[in-house]
Amino acid sequence: MNRRHFMEAGAVLAAWLAAGRAWAAWPQGAFEAEEPASVVSQLASGKPEHSDAIHIKAPEIAENGAVVPISVSADLEQVSKISIVVDKNPLPLTSIYELTADAVPYVATRVKMLKTSDVLVLVEAGGKTYANKREVKVTIGGCGG
Amino acid sequence: MSDSMRVRAKEKDGVVTVKSLITHPMETGLRKDGDGNVIPAHFIKEVVATVGDRTVFTANWGTGVAKNPYLSFKYKGAKGDTLQLSWADNNGHTDSIEVTVK
Amino acid sequence: MKPHRFAVLLAGSLVAVAAAGVAAEVDPKADLEAFQSFFKNKFPSLPWEEYANGSYALDPAWRANWELIEEFPPYEVAVAKGEEMWEVPFANGTTYADCFGEPGVQHHYPRWDKEQGQVVTLALAINQCREAHGEKPLKYKKGAIVDLLAYMAYESRGNTIDVKVPEDDPRALEAYKKGRDFYYTRRGQLNFACAHCHMGMAGRKLRTESMSPALGQTTGWPVYRSKWGAIGTLHRRYSGCNKQVRAKPFKAQGEEYRNLEYFHTYLSNGLPLNGPAARK
Repeated sequence: MNRRHFMEAGAVLAAWLAAGRAWAAWPQGAFEAEEPASVVSQLASGKPEHSDAIHIKAPEIAENGAVVPISVSADLEQVSKISIVVDKNPLPLTSIYELTADAVPYVATRVKMLKTSDVLVLVEAGGKTYANKREVKVTIGGCGG
Repeated sequence: MSDSMRVRAKEKDGVVTVKSLITHPMETGLRKDGDGNVIPAHFIKEVVATVGDRTVFTANWGTGVAKNPYLSFKYKGAKGDTLQLSWADNNGHTDSIEVTVK
Repeated sequence: MKPHRFAVLLAGSLVAVAAAGVAAEVDPKADLEAFQSFFKNKFPSLPWEEYANGSYALDPAWRANWELIEEFPPYEVAVAKGEEMWEVPFANGTTYADCFGEPGVQHHYPRWDKEQGQVVTLALAINQCREAHGEKPLKYKKGAIVDLLAYMAYESRGNTIDVKVPEDDPRALEAYKKGRDFYYTRRGQLNFACAHCHMGMAGRKLRTESMSPALGQTTGWPVYRSKWGAIGTLHRRYSGCNKQVRAKPFKAQGEEYRNLEYFHTYLSNGLPLNGPAARK
């Protein structure tokens, strides 16, 4: 990193700390949980309610489990959190997204999937947790090179 | 300018769509190198988006996010907004970028 | 069905062909015609430009993945770095532009260099440019050269591949023939030639992988392969393919792969370049 770039990053950090914001606590228990049920119990407010208002866009078959594009949008009010869980991964919780009132309930990212699995999405809205899931098939290819 | 981040931010009908690509190994800590040694976990734990002093979006990531990760989100905003996107990884490295919403 | 030239070649190894005396005669224009017809007959409803998209032209499930990745493709980083490289002058004040004119020249490569008496690929030309201006050559397998190739590929997008095999230099024809022979020679423990997977099996699956057709295979290089988690060159992929059939790989930018690239790219003449590409 060159000096100017380093100072810019420092300026941003300083601005946040001044605004009372530090790097938030990272929910270790949830990220290190090996069972999807444990992830859900740590993140959800009560038992999640199924909701078709949560739209999960993902390929039917992932061409490469290392990079699987997933996007989530939710037609729900007051969405404060979206979590993406890959049931059959060794560590199922991939990511948690915290939305402020200014954010729109949408996120897209690319996750790793070890094998064919349900992608479970938890959405916290109005103090309640909703869930939906979608299966993504992962084939292990034989030709790499 | 940022060495590790490329960001596009476009406003339409009062909603800004942000797309970003971050260069980062996102090592799980489960892989071994050619000599059989474990490659230690090295991954981004948090990504934060702010406009001025307003935090608009935060991501907490684990090792299940892909290498050279992509992140897209939307917030209610305007052309000309100065958006800052920053990340911090488990080794304490950080990087940050500032872009103007088009 | 009329037996195509290439179907004949596929039937046995190159030894059979040589025995038949066919190898002595090399007619690139006729090869091109037969080769492109082979694929047009195999995939009659596939639009011409789609060949440039390889397996994504033929496998809808894979294509869905690719389209999502293309929303913010991972090769953008390399293109930006490559552009920076292009802009920075060498120590003696000259630039890549002094050698190439402009970055969008990929459609002319590989080309036969009469003076040097060898096939010059774009990567080789980059290093020859550097050395001519007092700079150290870049490594071929990985590193900065791939970024510069990515930038030049990006600027070359849309240009039509136009590789020439000059008729007035028998050595050019010889290099083309060597590339062709390589393509059809069985190799490795698995005893496959390139043609086995990418002609007969094109569009079909081998061990859950869709085989891309040979026609259009060179349009997108360098390629960001999700498997590599990085952007890489055609010769790196040749090396990987050779290893997959348990054959010893050849040197990046060595004579074998340059001649192979010459033949391989010639057969895609008429297709638009679309690099750098994102692939699985």
